[in-house]
Amino acid sequence: MPALFRVGDKVNTGQKISLFADDPAYVIATATGRISSISPFTGDFGKSYLAVTISLAGNEILDNEFETVVQNPTLEGAIDFLSYAPGKPQLSLFSDAQHEIKTIVINGVDSDLLVGTNQYIVKSKLNKLKSGIQLLKTITGIENIVMTVAGESLQGYGHLGAEVKTVDTAYPSALPRLIMKNALGQIVPAGQSCEDLGVCFFSAEAIAAMGTAFDSGRIPITKIITLIRKDGSQNLIEATIGTPIEDIFATHRITVNEKDRIIFGGPMRGLAVYSLEHPVQPDTDAIMVLDQSQAAYASDYPCINCGECVRTCPANIQVNLLVRFLEAGQYEEAADYYDLYSCVECGLCSFVCVSKIPIFQYIKLGKYELERAKTSEGTNG
Amino acid sequence: MVEQKKLIVSHAPFWHSGSRVTERNYHTIFAALPAVLLGFYYYGMPAVGVLCLSVATAILWELIINLVSRRPITIGDGNAALIGLLFGMLLPATMPWWAVITGTFIAIVIGKQIFGGIGSNAFNPVALAVAIMMVSWKDLFDFDSMLLNYDLEFATVYPIAAAKYFGAQGVISFNLWDLFMGRQIGGIGTTFGLGLFVGGVYLILRGFIRWEISLSFLAGVYITAFIFHLFDPIRFISPAYHLLTGYTIIGAFFLATEDSSSPVNVIPMLIYGAAGGIMTVLIRNTGAYVDGVILAILVINLIHPLLDKIRPKALGKVV
Repeated sequence: MPALFRVGDKVNTGQKISLFADDPAYVIATATGRISSISPFTGDFGKSYLAVTISLAGNEILDNEFETVVQNPTLEGAIDFLSYAPGKPQLSLFSDAQHEIKTIVINGVDSDLLVGTNQYIVKSKLNKLKSGIQLLKTITGIENIVMTVAGESLQGYGHLGAEVKTVDTAYPSALPRLIMKNALGQIVPAGQSCEDLGVCFFSAEAIAAMGTAFDSGRIPITKIITLIRKDGSQNLIEATIGTPIEDIFATHRITVNEKDRIIFGGPMRGLAVYSLEHPVQPDTDAIMVLDQSQAAYASDYPCINCGECVRTCPANIQVNLLVRFLEAGQYEEAADYYDLYSCVECGLCSFVCVSKIPIFQYIKLGKYELERAKTSEGTNG
Repeated sequence: MVEQKKLIVSHAPFWHSGSRVTERNYHTIFAALPAVLLGFYYYGMPAVGVLCLSVATAILWELIINLVSRRPITIGDGNAALIGLLFGMLLPATMPWWAVITGTFIAIVIGKQIFGGIGSNAFNPVALAVAIMMVSWKDLFDFDSMLLNYDLEFATVYPIAAAKYFGAQGVISFNLWDLFMGRQIGGIGTTFGLGLFVGGVYLILRGFIRWEISLSFLAGVYITAFIFHLFDPIRFISPAYHLLTGYTIIGAFFLATEDSSSPVNVIPMLIYGAAGGIMTVLIRNTGAYVDGVILAILVINLIHPLLDKIRPKALGKVV
């Protein structure tokens, strides 16, 4: 299959770049210039990505292909152009035959510590949120929209067109499964997803970006990011999607040393990246720099059965038993008898572990291995 | 090519609460010190000798096992030292040297290391060692005869033994405050109720042991002893004496709470502690042994995995 774009091609800001005609994956060019490289890189648990590098041209030319969609908003149009807008709205869920989505939850609370991106959007971009919610109702036909906000007060959200619910600001209350339980009163059965119950989650930024896109006729290309410095202080910054983090650090005078950690996301659930050339992605809510001396390290010390993990687990999992099965690689037993799939992935068990066992990593690995076994059974059998 | 800075990649979370196994063990040792110091004060150099030998040989046995089994050296985590200390605290000050070494061998090698080391032991290593020693050399744990040559400022009569053989009449000369302040004979570090209590409360406040276990253990002892006392106040001593004599307080705060052999959920912890307390008084009042704490703790260690089956339902669990 011939590639639609090659190195050397010209692209304009806001232009949709998809590499192959049949491939639903695409990106929105966030700068004007020539494609200087298309290279693969690997993420967590073997996920692979393609990075398209654009060398900037002097003057910016705005692409206007999206304007045709704005005239007549449809779900297909939104999926076609906004799936990788800031906040990465998972619009394709609505056209997915497997799940019938009945409720949309707009999460105005960030799901990790120190991160304030979505709280900021809720505070500062209410009008955009309102148009986003209107748009969402129009293109999906779903009327049942819930927005979660942090803290106690429900005042000032009356005109939004969404039912507003508060979420406790204490970590990890803003994780989808806990919002389902506490705000919506629905418990997601172990092994099922929120989407299986007909509920899907969008970040407040994604909805605001959709609102902006349809109000202005341009796909937003900048993202609000909480920048967490080594001393723990936070800044909210706005950066163009695709900016290498190197450039952000240079602008904000952050020095990164050998063996430091750069984390996309917050301290509890973020993902460490291995290169300073890593670009800002549509769902990068926070970038955290952690000095080598501050970062937690894991150990191979055995579990001493102190029970701290059990007492801290928001999902009531018997973590002390679960981790023994995961350490032994007995993932099926872990899932069948010790509630692997009840995990909400908050990371608190690893945080409190006296023996510094990487419990959260074991849990993610267990789920990944089971998923892999299931898919290979599907393809082979 | 531009020189790339090498970053470290690891899995979330990137923060840790900072708790460590070493911290737990050393704080437990620290919490036990008041009781130990009073023991040194009353029993002098022999007590110091027994305790030092106990701690030293416990560490040595651990080191030997580490080397023989070619596993990482774990003596630095303080667990072997803690086991040695607690074992020494339960002994009379005149314990012969060979018995101390044998005891720490049983605690470290048979009680802990053959199960796979820290966290894997089914029984409290200290309780296991004392139980085996008590059965094998009964006379060494007869505090009355072991401490015969001491001339202390209080009656050199082991109160729990006096209660066993003479009933309420046997303990009539002891007042409760003296017992609580350690004015009674017994193990080197088991008699100073106040010291052990303060140490235990410190450990509870720091989160190193669980109040559920300690409290329900003491409550189990008190209530069971109370019922016995109610039926026959002449044969069975009043519950307060049960709390303040023998190994009760050290058992409630330092032995029953051992991490690996105790449950982690709230209801199981309460049952576990209460069962230990009840068993203690049953053995003391109706069994063959003078003190029931050690055997009671072994019994509850045995039922702990079963108890931990009583657990809250996990989020979204489909039965």
